[in-house]
Amino acid sequence: MCLAVPSKIVSIDDGGIAQIDVLGVRRDCSVRLTPNAKPGDYVLVHAGFAIQVVEEQEADETLRLLQEMSDRELAEITGQQGADAPAGEPAAAPAAAR
Amino acid sequence: MATKTDLDSFRDPKLARELLDAIERLARGKNVNLMEVCGTHTVSIARYGLRSAMPEGVHLLSGPGCPVCVTSNHDIDTMIALARIPDVIVTTFGDMIRVPGSSTTLGAERAQGRDVRVVYSPLDALAFARENPPRRVFFLGGGFETTTPAIGATILTAHDEGLGNFFVYSAHKRTPPAIMAIEDDPETQVNGFILPGHVSTITGLAPYRPLAERYHVPGVVSGFEPVDILSAIARLLAQIDEGQARIENAYERGVLDEGNVVAQRMIDRVFEPCDATWRGLGVIPGSGSAIRPEFADHDAARAFSPDVEPTVEPRGCRCGDVLRGVIAPDRCPLFGRACTAEHPVGPCMVSSEGSCAAYFRYQEHSR
Amino acid sequence: MASALNDTEVRLGHGSGGAMMKRLIDNLFLEEFGDEAALPGDDAGVVPLGAGRIAMSTDSFVVTPQFFPGGNIGRVAVCGTVNDVATSGAQVAYLSCGFILEEGYPIDRLRQIATTMAKTASEAGVKIITGDTKVVERGKADGVFINTAGVGLVPPGVDLSGTHCRPGDVVLLSGTLGDHGIAIVSQREGLSFSTTVESDAAPLNRMISSVLAAAPHARCFRDPTRGGLASTLNEFAEASGVDILVREADVPVRDQVRGACDMLGYDVFQVANEGKIVAVVPADEADAALAAMRADRYGADAAIIGEVQAPSIEGGHTVRLETPFGSRRILDMLVGEQLPRIC
Repeated sequence: MCLAVPSKIVSIDDGGIAQIDVLGVRRDCSVRLTPNAKPGDYVLVHAGFAIQVVEEQEADETLRLLQEMSDRELAEITGQQGADAPAGEPAAAPAAAR
Repeated sequence: MATKTDLDSFRDPKLARELLDAIERLARGKNVNLMEVCGTHTVSIARYGLRSAMPEGVHLLSGPGCPVCVTSNHDIDTMIALARIPDVIVTTFGDMIRVPGSSTTLGAERAQGRDVRVVYSPLDALAFARENPPRRVFFLGGGFETTTPAIGATILTAHDEGLGNFFVYSAHKRTPPAIMAIEDDPETQVNGFILPGHVSTITGLAPYRPLAERYHVPGVVSGFEPVDILSAIARLLAQIDEGQARIENAYERGVLDEGNVVAQRMIDRVFEPCDATWRGLGVIPGSGSAIRPEFADHDAARAFSPDVEPTVEPRGCRCGDVLRGVIAPDRCPLFGRACTAEHPVGPCMVSSEGSCAAYFRYQEHSR
Repeated sequence: MASALNDTEVRLGHGSGGAMMKRLIDNLFLEEFGDEAALPGDDAGVVPLGAGRIAMSTDSFVVTPQFFPGGNIGRVAVCGTVNDVATSGAQVAYLSCGFILEEGYPIDRLRQIATTMAKTASEAGVKIITGDTKVVERGKADGVFINTAGVGLVPPGVDLSGTHCRPGDVVLLSGTLGDHGIAIVSQREGLSFSTTVESDAAPLNRMISSVLAAAPHARCFRDPTRGGLASTLNEFAEASGVDILVREADVPVRDQVRGACDMLGYDVFQVANEGKIVAVVPADEADAALAAMRADRYGADAAIIGEVQAPSIEGGHTVRLETPFGSRRILDMLVGEQLPRIC
């Protein structure tokens, strides 16, 4: 559960209230739960509170690993089956029917 | 390369297709049920059409993921009784407005003229309390561990400011006890859990370890973009393939293994575990969060004893069976009769993306 | 009908343009009024009058706050009715306007609203020819409510209706989705966040005329106001007994609107618009219709977003969204009112 949107900290006032930006939308949020957050950081914001500083390196690393993994998988699949029909095409039945 | 908010990379169709290929290959010859226990996962899976993209043999079940939808009739009845106290302002999250009590909803009470306001943050409720010193302001809180520390911090602020007109009703829930309760049920056939991303942001991985150690069921913490969810599914299938059961983190950019320690302390400072009733699931021991006696001045449940109507828990609701995948929604005797999208009974119908709500809409379209 | 009206009192959801409102209209108003012209569920009624046909529509405006980025309630009150009449293909000519004012409302604000209405009417080339004013006690209304009605002549041979969609037809959208709804909600108490998104409220009668000239066999137009694109397309699908497939990647949405929707947990397809038109046209007229839209001052971001298909289930009418991965989901009407969510 729990919607939490990555947001950039624009500024933080003395009371621990930060102004955050999501794709140009701004609002206030508390950084009380992320005391190390600083302007310029990206944070996950839930219900008006920053709950985590987003790890940029981790994001890059995750994407790199996924890319590698899928390249490998792809090589295996194409190696095994030649030019197979692409898997994962949507089934005809709508989601709710399953 | 990606930047922190470069969500497009985690929505990249090419990467998603490649992951689907991997899932297809890993799923061959298998018949597995994977459960997510997070309303936002439910929404993402629906929004990006991931369920229909799964190969045969991989079934995505929606667990009791929306923490507000599982708020019990008794909790809603109490909230409504609070809203009926003259001259109060009642604030809550938008999710709570439609959840039914024994005879009515907060939305219907608002139609009757009660001052019920939807807020984005409990801090907005606190602002109402500061701006309206003669009026009592209630915040009706629901949510999992993601939300609880925010409410805790708000209570602490009210406490420190001596804001005597601010009260919280806590219907907060804890996730791990619910997951264990599902696994404890002998009928449950869940082969792996897609673990909630933002709950884990707070809790870290430790509370899920018993899932792997005690029940030998794998769990992977997932983010909310399609690539996140697909990679979590692939990692679950890989574990099942190897006969492994580990708790893994596939959402490293948002979840530290130890979680957010400051937020954990905030929960412990303001709340203590209690037994809680989950709509459709019944009482789960230790799965609630009650406000500690130290903050009784801000605890609506202690500071007020309004006349609560006798609670009628919905009879015949089989949400628990639906969300464990034991029965299809239309096998529930209430489905489409007493329980519809506009007058929902169980959490699977209350949540607009819940199993029953989705099934109900599908039937509407076939008419 | 999907199900009967079994509510015992009016709720906010009955006014939010989704399934609840449809149920109220179908099972209460249409049951009582039973006017043939209104039955297809189009935004304007088209009826014979003398030798010709007129289109008429009415709409009430209760938006809070009354002033918002990009306009005020007056602009929406003129645009909403002009657009509703224009979607029938009529040349909108005259408007009426009725004001319900709350005691104590500042006169200078009222003047600003009236000035805006006059300007907007002039822009649309329509005249406000009659009006009414009522004042109610403080607390009995929220500042200003406005009702407008509009009439126009339907040119001979023009017959537009949501019932006319056929498999193979193409769906166009005249610009970015969700601007009005997000501009409004950004001003609401308790949700305070700031954007530079402005309401898209605009009179679209000229755009509709030029699209109709470019695509003479156009099936129907509708402005996706409350309930958003999701409601409009579901109305078309149900009225015509067809499926509609929309390609999500082709639907224009501003970054800030996307950001605000992420923040509030809204589905942009259910967010209100006041200056957009959805058009369904035969495939061979789609390019001409698109060019006509884009040539209009309010249509620069227009796009072809999907197509009409034969129903996948016999007797069904499903709107589906094709995600960028090629997977599909059902695009539903809003149930109840749109509320910010935390999960």
